[in-house]
Amino acid sequence: MLAHSIVFYLFSFIVVASSLAVISSRNTVHAVFFLILDFVSVSCLFIMIGAEFLGMLTLIVYVGAVAVLFLFVVMMLNVNFKSLKGGFLKYLPFGSLIAIVLLIELVMMIGAWKYKDNFVQTSKILINKNLSNTEAIGNVIYTDYIQYFQLSGMILLVAMIGAILLTFRRKDNLKRQDITKQVSRERNEGVSLEDVPSFKGVNLND
Amino acid sequence: MIEVSLGHYLILGAIVFVIGVIGIFLNRKNVIVLLMSVELMLIAVNINLVAFSVYLQDIVGQIFTMFILTVAASEAAIGLAILVVFFRNKGSIHVDDINTLKG
Repeated sequence: MLAHSIVFYLFSFIVVASSLAVISSRNTVHAVFFLILDFVSVSCLFIMIGAEFLGMLTLIVYVGAVAVLFLFVVMMLNVNFKSLKGGFLKYLPFGSLIAIVLLIELVMMIGAWKYKDNFVQTSKILINKNLSNTEAIGNVIYTDYIQYFQLSGMILLVAMIGAILLTFRRKDNLKRQDITKQVSRERNEGVSLEDVPSFKGVNLND
Repeated sequence: MIEVSLGHYLILGAIVFVIGVIGIFLNRKNVIVLLMSVELMLIAVNINLVAFSVYLQDIVGQIFTMFILTVAASEAAIGLAILVVFFRNKGSIHVDDINTLKG
């Protein structure tokens, strides 16, 4: 149990420190790397607490997709990031006021929640100890939550189409396929009948 | 204190969430850091959901974490696509330049 606590405190320290580094680092590329460190530590925490599938999913989705997407955009946009710093002190008093109030509220809520008499059980899907984590999630998500699962697939599809449509740029110097033009072509546009005289041949101009 | 309980995870989630809020307030110039702060807030919510799911022995929290993961991925993709288009049009990603809709 002691080892569990030590590992928990180590990972949570890394999570908090790297989150602070994300919002305060001067170089945006460094901020993305700290974001990756944050996600990896959070997924380690998930695996430690017993949600292995979610930990692996966090690694794949956040580190493999989201963070790499951020890195691509940061490196592809030719922005002078140095000029984007500043104004830090201007918003510091207001921002820290809101943040401190929010933190106090959250901690008070967590502290007061302990004195609730018992948990309100709203759902009946309890974790079966005989199944592995992945099996348990699969048993639920393909039966009770299938509509939500398919809806999340639709969300991903819409996001993909939206991202492509937003960043798509039509270039003029590229030869493109125009299906309507191809299909509506008439016969006389492509074929012509020529009367060929003997021993003279035809002279095709074009 | 030494025993890790539900409260420890909730406090960790609260701290990460508040760090995300501070990031949104302080980085009023760089949109990319703003989007990263939103990701931090989403991962804080995920920590809360997974901790409750494990300590209440209820698998539904983990299912909803998966859905939050889906939404976070789509949000990052769309946000960064909008950012790329904005950079193409204006040549900067300065938050103060985003005022076309102000009227």
